[in-house]
Amino acid sequence: MQVRQIAIFLENRSGRLADITHTLAKNAINIRALSLADTADFGILRMVVSDTDRAAKALKEDGFTVGITEVTAVEVPDKPGSLDAILQVVNQSRLNVEYMYAFTKQSGETGLLLFRFDNPKTACRAFAEAGFKLLSDEEVHQL
Amino acid sequence: MIWNEENETRPREELEVIQLQRLQAQVARVYATVPYYRQKMDEAGVSPGDIRKISDIRRLPFTTKEDLRQNYPFGLFTVPMERIVRIHASSGTTGKPTVVGYTKRDLKLWAELMSRTLSAAGVTSRDIVQNAYGYGLFTGGLGAHYGAENLGCAVIPISGGNTKRQIQIMQDFGTTVLLSTPSYALNIADTMADLGVDPASLKLRVGVFGAEPWSENMRSEIENRLKIKAIDIYGLSEIIGPGVAAECLEEQRGLHIMEDHFLPEIVHRDTFEPLAVGEEGELVFTTLTKEAFPVIRYRTKDIARLIPEVCTCGRTFYRMPKVTGRTDDMMIIRGVNVFPSQIEEVIMGVEGVEPHYQIIVTRQGSLDNIEVQVEVSEEVFSDQIKNLENLSKRVQGSIKDLLGITCKISLVEPKTIQRSEGKAQRVIDRRKI
Repeated sequence: MQVRQIAIFLENRSGRLADITHTLAKNAINIRALSLADTADFGILRMVVSDTDRAAKALKEDGFTVGITEVTAVEVPDKPGSLDAILQVVNQSRLNVEYMYAFTKQSGETGLLLFRFDNPKTACRAFAEAGFKLLSDEEVHQL
Repeated sequence: MIWNEENETRPREELEVIQLQRLQAQVARVYATVPYYRQKMDEAGVSPGDIRKISDIRRLPFTTKEDLRQNYPFGLFTVPMERIVRIHASSGTTGKPTVVGYTKRDLKLWAELMSRTLSAAGVTSRDIVQNAYGYGLFTGGLGAHYGAENLGCAVIPISGGNTKRQIQIMQDFGTTVLLSTPSYALNIADTMADLGVDPASLKLRVGVFGAEPWSENMRSEIENRLKIKAIDIYGLSEIIGPGVAAECLEEQRGLHIMEDHFLPEIVHRDTFEPLAVGEEGELVFTTLTKEAFPVIRYRTKDIARLIPEVCTCGRTFYRMPKVTGRTDDMMIIRGVNVFPSQIEEVIMGVEGVEPHYQIIVTRQGSLDNIEVQVEVSEEVFSDQIKNLENLSKRVQGSIKDLLGITCKISLVEPKTIQRSEGKAQRVIDRRKI
């Protein structure tokens, strides 16, 4: 079970991030979660948004390099030790985390972890066996 | 000081008589010994007997780097291998290198011309000469070496690199003359500053610099920082190597062309029509006395003009200004000849990379840097940093394999590299040469 995210290439140039958010705002697209990866020379913005296809189309039209990729979304209780429990499973299953980001739905209730694994199928199986709840694309986008 | 007073100060009319005799003999010999030249002359409908005055040279076909490449490696040699005693080759980044050969007499001539060059820079047999031109296939190192020895100098054949050791030797041996590329001289100055060595405490008094374009600004910088006189010399391996033209210490204005051995012409950079003395265009040389590897009307692609006024130093040869321009888009980066088309080829060879790129050349301190900007298309874009970094590394590695130069690769957003409507401006040279 995978969730679709959009990834956007960011040249190391001032104002580019604001250009992206402006495009999204113009098109009334809501950002559910985001993470920004940066290197000395460029960055990659990854986001889960309310309408993936419309967001990708709008951004492409405004000249951005956009990719749609899939990540694994795991729901955990918003309390100390939750991330640790997940990462223990990741470690035991010898999974490689390419990157991850997290957000809470509402403080004190549940948190959502978004993972990019090199082998998502194995990851899903491991999480299911360990009793974690994986969220579908629909579930995440309707949050 | 003038090394060869008789030949370097000969009245123009006498010089031209000698030039014509040598030109006629050279053309006849090349026609008789090199099938490639004979064929080209036959096709142009010209025979050695048609050269009755110097200006008849215009009837002869040009020779280009492409001709040399087609005859790789030894096709244009006029003598059998048993008479060749030395072989050099150019940095040759465009396909095959250009290979040049020398007979014993050629080497003697070369040493003579480099002795003239060094004498013009005020170097004498009392000098201790540190030769930091690269030794090897490059003509700079050995060319300068034998000239300095022939002059009677104490030569330190240190070659390029190992800058701290260069400075140590300057201090310990009391070096008075430095031979190197101008950019390396600046590198030495930088290193001296880092080490806290005061150039004024050294015996160094003159530097003889060539093999790459450099400006008057750079000359001032080298002179101020190293506390020396900086002399410009010109040469290219296809003609003989260093020793084709040289500045004098008295004027440091214009390089005296060794016209008794190399006949210069200036031609229009697009039509290749001969231009009058004083007009600017492409510099073309015919070697008048070389044995193993003579060239007829070799197009250097360097931009220059001829200065006919006799110099205060007494030399009667025409002079040429410092060469700072080229007719093609060749760049000289850290001493390596680089054509943008080569970088283009590499970029096109990397899967998924857009055919839009820009090359930005900068000079940091004394080092040239190349940045290659490449657009990231959707096909190569990835949500993972490592994939994009791998892409950069692939491009960088391929360029390094081909040119031996490490470039900085910058990934930029699509359509951010300026699209031109005519000829794309692929290179932005920000070096202040």
